[in-house]
Amino acid sequence: MNKILLIIQREYLTRVKKKSFIVMTILGPLLMVGLIVAQVWISTMPEEKQNIVVVDESQLFVNKMENSESQQFTYSKNSLSTEQQKFYQSEYNMILYIPANIIDSQTIQMFYKKQPGVGMQAYISSSISKKLEEMKLLASGIQPDQLAAIKTKLNLTTTKIEKSGDLETKDSEVSMALGFIAGILIYIFIFLYGAQVMRGVIEEKTNRIIEVIISSVKPFQLMMGKIIGIALVGLTQFLLWVILTYAGSTVAGSYFASQRTEANLKEQTFKTNIPNQQLMNQAAVENNPDMFSAVFDQINFPVMIFSFLFYFLGGYLLYGALFAAVGAAVDSEADTQQFMLPITIPLIFSFTMAQSVMSNPESAVSFWLSIIPLTSPIIMMVRIPFGVPYTDLILSMTLLVAGFLGATYVSGKVYRTGILMYGKKTTYKELWKWLFYKS
Amino acid sequence: MNIFSAVDIVKKYDKHTALDGVSINVRKNSIFGLLGPNGAGKTSLIRIINQITGPDSGELYFNGERLQQKHIEQIGYLPEERGLYKKMQVGEQALYLAQLKGLSRHDALKKLKYWFEKFEITTWWNKKIEELSKGMQQKVQFIVTVLHEPELLILDEPFSGFDPINANLIKNEILELKQKGISIIFSTHNMASVEELCDDIALINRSKKILDGSVHEIKKQYKSNTYKVEFTGNLIAFTNAIWTGCELIEKHTEGDHHVATVKLLYEATPNQLLQAIIPHVNVNGLHEIIPGMNDIFIAKVSDEKIVSGSNYTE
Repeated sequence: MNKILLIIQREYLTRVKKKSFIVMTILGPLLMVGLIVAQVWISTMPEEKQNIVVVDESQLFVNKMENSESQQFTYSKNSLSTEQQKFYQSEYNMILYIPANIIDSQTIQMFYKKQPGVGMQAYISSSISKKLEEMKLLASGIQPDQLAAIKTKLNLTTTKIEKSGDLETKDSEVSMALGFIAGILIYIFIFLYGAQVMRGVIEEKTNRIIEVIISSVKPFQLMMGKIIGIALVGLTQFLLWVILTYAGSTVAGSYFASQRTEANLKEQTFKTNIPNQQLMNQAAVENNPDMFSAVFDQINFPVMIFSFLFYFLGGYLLYGALFAAVGAAVDSEADTQQFMLPITIPLIFSFTMAQSVMSNPESAVSFWLSIIPLTSPIIMMVRIPFGVPYTDLILSMTLLVAGFLGATYVSGKVYRTGILMYGKKTTYKELWKWLFYKS
Repeated sequence: MNIFSAVDIVKKYDKHTALDGVSINVRKNSIFGLLGPNGAGKTSLIRIINQITGPDSGELYFNGERLQQKHIEQIGYLPEERGLYKKMQVGEQALYLAQLKGLSRHDALKKLKYWFEKFEITTWWNKKIEELSKGMQQKVQFIVTVLHEPELLILDEPFSGFDPINANLIKNEILELKQKGISIIFSTHNMASVEELCDDIALINRSKKILDGSVHEIKKQYKSNTYKVEFTGNLIAFTNAIWTGCELIEKHTEGDHHVATVKLLYEATPNQLLQAIIPHVNVNGLHEIIPGMNDIFIAKVSDEKIVSGSNYTE
């Protein structure tokens, strides 16, 4: 036992002292903060303004399209062909053509210099169809005040009825995102640190120090020490990332907030009446911490954090053992490919399935993927925010522990034989035989 | 008293038998040579002694007890394929490996200090292994092997990778360790060092032990009653004098100084040889030709090949 601690200590310290670890620890949060900052920055940048000339033969829409910060409508009395001819000399980006028989044909046309975005197309088609509907309603004799009364803005809330009869309302978007991010973190962690376990084993094998060490400790102790030591490295890095990212984003956040209030002031002094939806929303979120906490209150944080740590470690330990076996079976990293495939397939599969599980968290597929140990670390994290019965959670966790023990047993056997095999290309057939060698 | 015994060890890998009923006894405070051609099964046996692998059948004893996990702390092992963590610092690494062998950090530090001073390598403490030359790495590895003062030391080709000066340094260390009461299993292909260092040997070939015993006894057993005689005088007279009881195998002449190799027949003694030749020539010297371990090794291993070769044709 004492010796396992020594091994853990060595694996941990040599890695934490490495330059690459320190660089990654600093660079990781910088990249993350940078990503967030870039997103905010891009969203605050004004979009390129689209000048649209409207050729309205029906005369129904003249001066009725709404201008905004990103689009400016101008109404032309010219015919379509005249506008088309002088299009490239004009400052317009687009021509919106509404034919005289719009009511019957229900067809409008856009001409452009540069392909307009999907959002722009959707905006124009929906605003025109809405206007058409209104006109038709008015034409059928409905009074304007009746029309206003008919217009309905619908609010949808989703509520789950528990078996006990309790009702539970969830705002799933934030928690969904949290679960998804947790799943992805676990995925990245398993890949990064699982590969480190493998590389560590290969290093010892090619160095030939392995023979010295296993004349002092049992191969199993060495394997477990390595896996646990590297897990601690991962946890350390993760923790540092959380702290640094939090600190970094707080600093960046306050900087952007101060900039934004300045910008807002400027806008007000210039009396621009264009509402900036995004800025308003963000300002609302920032100025209203109650709203955030209301969303967070709905997430069961103790369960979420506990399961994250559990699946984070459980998933890593399961895969780490398999990675160790692969490392022991080969002579160099170049040979790992054939054995890596069966390990990476379930990982990548669960990563790609995460999306569909999110849209259908209580389907049979989602259930089984969150129970089977090879996929559960990622899938269960995606499912948890939607509310998972405790029985499912306990079953999944128990199976993960069992899966980890099983993987460690099998890997231990492969490892024990593999680390002493040099210069021979290992096949699956041989791996199978190794499982049955007596110690 | 034996420090280590292996009785009737069998080890099979798949279809290949690596060890087939091999027994060895290592006397306390002796150097035991484990010899054999490549692929004979030496490494398999060494791994079994180190408990890296276990035998399929057979018994192992350490100091009279059954070999157990706890004994690894009393065994030091220098494998033929050396290796250390390249990126780790010398001192840190030596400390780690010593602690794995059961030394406390405090003891390990104290002992490392002694050895680093003895080998005059204290300045290496903070260097990474990859910064050292191959010979320097070997020195570090040797220290790590003996640091925990094992009762039994297993050295697999300990001189490979050393220049003659350092090889001599290591040889003297081995002899010094033996004086301190440590027993050593010494595996090598270098027969000169076997004759110089070993008390006993076992020769393994094709998974079987084909020869064992003390070096002295084996040599005696393999000597062929052949003598080298140096004399001055008439060679023909010499030949006539010995022809009844001896066979002249080889002769070498320089002026009237002759060196003749003579094999004594019919259990004749060197005294009888001298009596026969003294009346005819002036004898300058007489000494027995003792076969080297090299000759015995080659003879035994090629014998085996012939035997198994004939088996093969049957």
